[in-house]
Amino acid sequence: MNVLYAIAFLVLAPLLGGLIAGIDRKLTARMQGRVGPPVLQPFYDVGKLLEKEHAIVAISQNFFVLAYLVFIAFSGAIFFAGGDLLLVVFALTLAHVLLVLGAFAATSPYSFIGAERELIQLMAYEPMVVLAAAGFYIATGSFSVSEIAAFPRPLIVLLPGIFVGLFYVLTMKLRKSPFDIATSHHAHQEIVKGVTTEFSGSTLGMVEVAHWYETVFLLGLFWLFFAWSPVIAVIAVAILYLAEIFIDNATARVKWGFALRSIWAVTLVLSALNLFALQFFGGL
Amino acid sequence: MDILLFLLLAPLIAAVLLFALPNHPVRDWLVRIAAVVIAGASVYLLATAFDKGTQLVTFPTEPAGQVMTGLAVVIALYIIAMGAKYRKLIPIVLALVQTGLLLWFELGYAPGMHAEHNLFVDEFSIVMALIIGIIGSAICVYAVPYMRTFHEQHPEVADHRRAFFFVLFVFLSAMFGIVFSNNLAWLFFFWEVTTLCSFVLIGYSKTTEAIDNSFLALVLNLVGGIGFVGALLWLGMTQGTIELDRLVGAGAAVALVPATLISFAGLTKSAQLPFSSWLLGAMVAPTPVSALLHSSTMVKAGVYAIVKFAPVLSGTLPGIFVGLVGGVTFLAASAIAVTQSNAKRVLAYSTVANLGLVVACAGIGTYEAVWAAILLIIFHAVAKSLLFMGVGSVEHQVHSRDIEDMAGLVTRMPRVGVMMLIGMAGMYLAPLGMLISKWATLRAFIDAPGGIIFLLLIAFGSAVTVFFWAKWMGIIIVRPNHAEMIEDRVPWDELSVLGLVAFLVVAASLLFPWVSKVLLEPYVFEIYGKVAELGQDNVIIMLLMMGAVIVLPLSLLYFRSGRHRLDPYMSGRPTTADMHFSGSLGIQREMGLHNYYMDDWFGEQRTFRAGVVVTVLLIVLMFAGLFVAGGLA
Repeated sequence: MNVLYAIAFLVLAPLLGGLIAGIDRKLTARMQGRVGPPVLQPFYDVGKLLEKEHAIVAISQNFFVLAYLVFIAFSGAIFFAGGDLLLVVFALTLAHVLLVLGAFAATSPYSFIGAERELIQLMAYEPMVVLAAAGFYIATGSFSVSEIAAFPRPLIVLLPGIFVGLFYVLTMKLRKSPFDIATSHHAHQEIVKGVTTEFSGSTLGMVEVAHWYETVFLLGLFWLFFAWSPVIAVIAVAILYLAEIFIDNATARVKWGFALRSIWAVTLVLSALNLFALQFFGGL
Repeated sequence: MDILLFLLLAPLIAAVLLFALPNHPVRDWLVRIAAVVIAGASVYLLATAFDKGTQLVTFPTEPAGQVMTGLAVVIALYIIAMGAKYRKLIPIVLALVQTGLLLWFELGYAPGMHAEHNLFVDEFSIVMALIIGIIGSAICVYAVPYMRTFHEQHPEVADHRRAFFFVLFVFLSAMFGIVFSNNLAWLFFFWEVTTLCSFVLIGYSKTTEAIDNSFLALVLNLVGGIGFVGALLWLGMTQGTIELDRLVGAGAAVALVPATLISFAGLTKSAQLPFSSWLLGAMVAPTPVSALLHSSTMVKAGVYAIVKFAPVLSGTLPGIFVGLVGGVTFLAASAIAVTQSNAKRVLAYSTVANLGLVVACAGIGTYEAVWAAILLIIFHAVAKSLLFMGVGSVEHQVHSRDIEDMAGLVTRMPRVGVMMLIGMAGMYLAPLGMLISKWATLRAFIDAPGGIIFLLLIAFGSAVTVFFWAKWMGIIIVRPNHAEMIEDRVPWDELSVLGLVAFLVVAASLLFPWVSKVLLEPYVFEIYGKVAELGQDNVIIMLLMMGAVIVLPLSLLYFRSGRHRLDPYMSGRPTTADMHFSGSLGIQREMGLHNYYMDDWFGEQRTFRAGVVVTVLLIVLMFAGLFVAGGLA
């Protein structure tokens, strides 16, 4: 494991993640025929949130959100340090459960519904993420991110099913339509503000920063499929994110039942086919 | 090895003494002293035996064996008498069949089968002994105040506390017997004693429901017991060995038939589908009984036997099917747990599910899988006993075991509430114990042949697990509409036991690298010549996370001051302090929060039926596998 990479992630990921969010908003605006905010707008937003009044509903909600931020950053740091991919997945689960608990602690009808929906999201995407980690292991013989990244052959060729499945889930992880069922960046399809209803000021700022960290981590995860060639990897990850922005603007939120059912179906079919094939033709 | 005999006999002596004493503080103190002595003795066993590998003990077969046979007949007569009293035919038939087979074995074959080593201890037995000795004893101590409150609140139930504590301690003794017996006939005797003890304890309140459920548990475990006798008879007929170490060491070619039969018995005892209904029915018993059955006794005996035979099952068709029964049970029971709002039933389904994982590991039977299985057993025992006792204490104050009635528990019963949160986190969240086990299980599954099916089962099953635990945690931490502090009514000794076990949950998670190094790795190495381990980097990551989890709550001190408290967002409706808002037509309504139970997704009956169909098929295939190419895949 490389501690320097972990530190670099902790420092640089919010900058990169915020920038991506800014570009995202700009492109989204253009797709909707608007001018859109400056690219640095997300940083201005978070800066303003940090200056706001410390208003809370329950004391413990801030603790849960802080812990959420810490563990999101932590799981990303393990990932970029080249640590064990399964532990990254577990730390990420812990982080999201903490966010959910923060929403529960607020004891408001809207954040409660948001919390239940966030849990349904967690339940929907978790199998795919675990199976993706397993897929990397079966393909490369290691759970270690550094060894997976150093794998000399293109993993996208070995794990096409896992790749597509993970991309299907990515929409939900990035809180984008049609799977933004717990909270959304689009005001027009929101149950108040879902899981973040009762978070305000610096607490909401922490949720935003955590989201930036997670975005960078997720893009890193997709990087692994193309890690044998950094140039192709950068292009591929950029295309993936652009595709997500397009999907986000071209679709409306679906019901949670459909989201859960379709994600599980995609996960089961694609990862089972891919993993069995990989094990069967493993020697190729 | 006098300590083994001491652990076998001390609970028995305590049981007899407790039976002699009336309801009196003296008896309460005797329970506490006996618990401390038994726990101390199990720690002493660890201290003296952990570095010595497998130790076989030559203990004379006679007269102990004859006494056991005699007692087995007495147990059968008791079951028949109870069956006659409550007009239950099936248990009578099963008891007759089982005892008939046993006597056939004892009289026909046993004299010719010489057992040199009747007792033994190895690292796995030490782990089990610690679980029985510490967790089991703690539950007995907890039972003292619990049963007092129980009888105050249920005057209609006849007070048989003398018999109750007698059976509790006999149970512990029988469990020690199971994990120290090298003679399979002895192991079977203790096995049947645990069946009888659970029968008596489940029927404690003597209501119709309790009686029916106790007979259900009896019937299913007797069916399993017949499988066990079948193994003994098969060994007798083929002139095999009756000694566990030799049988396991002989490998699949010799031992696969008895291993499969005993695994079948283990499936019934550890409440795997299709036999899980007895453990759910057992919820009618007083809560300490549930805690005991689920954490340190009974179901753990079932998985102990299967894990013990894992080296034999490894790579065989019956082994794969045993494992699949466990995997399917894990998925189905986790899904059903989502739909349950009765706290004890959630805990029960979660037990069934986790034992399913253990069984899956044992069926796979590779060195990594066995390592993972023992880790699962340890962490499940600690966390689950904490949760059961927590629910018991809550039930006595809130007068409900419904999860929805636990809203705001951290405010109403702060210490119990936080301890339950620790127990739940211990069941599924990083960096606590069960997650380490799940990590190990996943690795073991991937490396196993045919592991992808297991992988799919665990991936979906654990996602569902996260859902039902997290929503329960959520209910506990919401702010209640009517905050009334009710914790001071919980007896001091209940709180102390809860505190101790909560500490053990955290301690076990901190100490596991050491436990793994000192006990599990040597055990696995002795059998397989290979070692499964966590890796130093991963230990560091886990410890860093533990550190963060312990330090982060300190931030609450910072967040406590300088904040502006607002009311939750209620769409601008006028709302009172206790969350009554003006609804339409001027009607005042109370704000209520209720969890999702997804009944139309995972409905109990539907999921259970599907699980039964699949697992019955798998069990049939398991036995059929014995006939395919001698069972060797």
